[in-house]
Amino acid sequence: MPQQIKKLLIVFTIVFGIFFIIKYALKPKSFGEFGHYRGLAIIENENKQVKYVGIEACNECHDDIVSYKKEGPHVNLQCEVCHGPGYLHIQDPETNKLIIPSKRENCGICHQKNAARSENNITQVDLKEHNVENKCIDCHKSHNPYEFKD
Amino acid sequence: MDPRYEALYEALKNVHGYIYPNEISLTWSILIVEYPYITGLVAGAFILASLNRVFKIKALEPTYIISLLTAFAFLLVATMPLISHLGKPLRFWEIMITPHSTSAMAIFGFVYLWYLMIVLLLEIWFDYRYDFVIWSREKKGVMKYVYKILTLGAMGTSEKDLKWDKKIGYFITVVGIPSAFLLHGYVGFIFGSVKANPWWSSVMMPVIFLFSAMVSGIALVLFVYMGINFIRKKVQNMPTLDSIGKYLFYILIIDFTLESLDQIHRIYEANESFEIISMLVSGKLFFTLGIMQVTVGTLIPLLILGLFQFFKPADKIRKIAYFIISIFVLTGVFFMRWNVVIGGQLFSKSLHGFTTYNLGFGGQEGFLMALFWMIIPFGILAFLLWLLPPWKKTVH
Ligand code: HEC
Ligand code: HEC
Ligand code: HEC
Ligand code: HEC
Repeated sequence: MPQQIKKLLIVFTIVFGIFFIIKYALKPKSFGEFGHYRGLAIIENENKQVKYVGIEACNECHDDIVSYKKEGPHVNLQCEVCHGPGYLHIQDPETNKLIIPSKRENCGICHQKNAARSENNITQVDLKEHNVENKCIDCHKSHNPYEFKD
Repeated sequence: MDPRYEALYEALKNVHGYIYPNEISLTWSILIVEYPYITGLVAGAFILASLNRVFKIKALEPTYIISLLTAFAFLLVATMPLISHLGKPLRFWEIMITPHSTSAMAIFGFVYLWYLMIVLLLEIWFDYRYDFVIWSREKKGVMKYVYKILTLGAMGTSEKDLKWDKKIGYFITVVGIPSAFLLHGYVGFIFGSVKANPWWSSVMMPVIFLFSAMVSGIALVLFVYMGINFIRKKVQNMPTLDSIGKYLFYILIIDFTLESLDQIHRIYEANESFEIISMLVSGKLFFTLGIMQVTVGTLIPLLILGLFQFFKPADKIRKIAYFIISIFVLTGVFFMRWNVVIGGQLFSKSLHGFTTYNLGFGGQEGFLMALFWMIIPFGILAFLLWLLPPWKKTVH
């Protein structure tokens, strides 16, 4: 065997050796347990704090708003899409206040005119044209937007 | 207004017709344009070197080592645009230690490594091994040891050793040609196999990518070769330039034919995606495809090179023409990649609307980043030319 090949074989053995050591050392422990992913990923996700608690939880204290909301077009919305996750608030409402989404853009998240949205599913207004002088909630009641404030 | 809404407003201004929400902004940016561009340059430069070695074309000999070093310099950077496009660039290696056989990108990692380590590095090493030994004897100080390490301890300089260098080098070249085809054909395959995208999904894609890669690689070698001669204040070797020009001409014809074939096929088939694609080509892609790719990158070079096959003006004029052609072709192929990558994302999968690509200046995926990865290979090449000067190689 020519000396070049001999030396190259040594170098390649070292390189591949290092690769396999790295592969072995860095491969996450639970990888491949159930499939081509970290087995522990499932448990890790299971153990995560659930941050959105759902409208039933709000109903315990804010039943007036919940039932009022049912009368209007926002009937199918969860409270937390507007107010943010409520898991801390339901434990201690005094210290953990929720967001009050009073800016025009907050309503715009869903109602802003957008060519990629179907008009059949959600009514759209152009935020730059629809009553620009005021906030949306100066006129619309957020929980039942077809009722207007005086 | 909140910057998010501001951005949405801006984006919506660029939307025409109906598109899906996740299509407003492009996910594959200019960096993904660069990735097939750079791998193409590598494959092309390497194929030129190999043809040169296998068919022993005398006139191309001065470009042999330069093509190899150019290919190597660009190959080292080929994956960088991809990595800097990642949301978490430091996790790029994870794809290599837990690869999945259905992941096109993971397999690319191995195709790339095969090509880098087995083909290019080895070929260059066998070409230079003898010189390393000589240089390690001649040089003083640190460089002596650098060259010594580069020999990997194979210090033989006998006739027999040299014969082996040549023999194995030749063997690697022969293995290297299909490998280079594989490397870049694979990049074309990655795009061609996206069946949801009518602009990409085509069996012709790997072949078209390959030939445009050869075109760009040859143009790059022409550019680099002329540049090196210019910097070293050497006369340009006209027979070499002419013969690179000749090969560029031939491959360019094949490339142009294949791409036209692909388009004609689309036009004749005129399936449901045809309407939007013809709007794309005559609208959003008019400048990058019609002007840059076809006119500047293909037709003008074809015309001039074709003319040179029959009628040779003075050396001085040819020299300038070759230099300009190399830049035109390099630009044209860049825009070919652009038209594939960006063009494929400009129209909606609903086939009813368009969005627009805004190339930012700074930022992770901006113009500066792209420019950076285009300049780095030239830096690496300069370093390689300093470390392994082809003009100081012993001729045997
Ligand atoms: C345990 C009873 C309780 C539950 C459950 C509860 N809240 Fe409250 N919430 C309160 C009380 C009490 C206040 C008044 C706190 C204050 O003003 O200091 C309040 C105030 C609020 C406010 C106004 C905050 C402000 O800054 O004025 C919002 C908005 C709100 N709750 C939303 C929710 C939502 C959404 C849910 C369901 C995820 C929810 N709450 C569940 C008791 C509750
Ligand atoms: C469309 C978004 C939206 C949804 C959905 C929504 N809210 Fe509100 N909520 C608001 C806005 C905006 C305000 C501020 C209203 C104002 O100041 O006039 C508000 C105010 C409140 C307040 C403060 C007291 C008040 O009545 O002004 C409470 C409490 C509250 N919301 C609870 C709820 C609960 C409980 C739900 C679910 C049943 C809910 N919200 C659903 C947008 C929403
Ligand atoms: C999370 C998304 C969301 C947000 C935020 C939201 N809405 Fe709505 N809104 C809806 C949906 C869903 C409907 C019911 C479908 C429809 O009719 O458009 C609706 C209906 C309406 C309607 C009745 C439209 C019609 O013609 O039927 C009005 C008015 C309205 N919203 C006003 C507001 C205002 C004001 C705000 C801000 C306080 C707001 N919305 C925030 C989702 C949202
Ligand atoms: C000056 C009071 C006023 C303000 C401020 C206002 N609206 Fe309205 N909005 C109205 C009235 C009145 C109507 C019903 C008549 C109409 O369709 O114009 C209406 C209708 C709508 C509708 C239903 C449109 C349709 O075509 O059925 C939506 C959705 C809506 N508003 C959302 C908003 C949002 C979001 C904002 C904040 C960006 C906002 N409005 C601010 C008064 C207001």
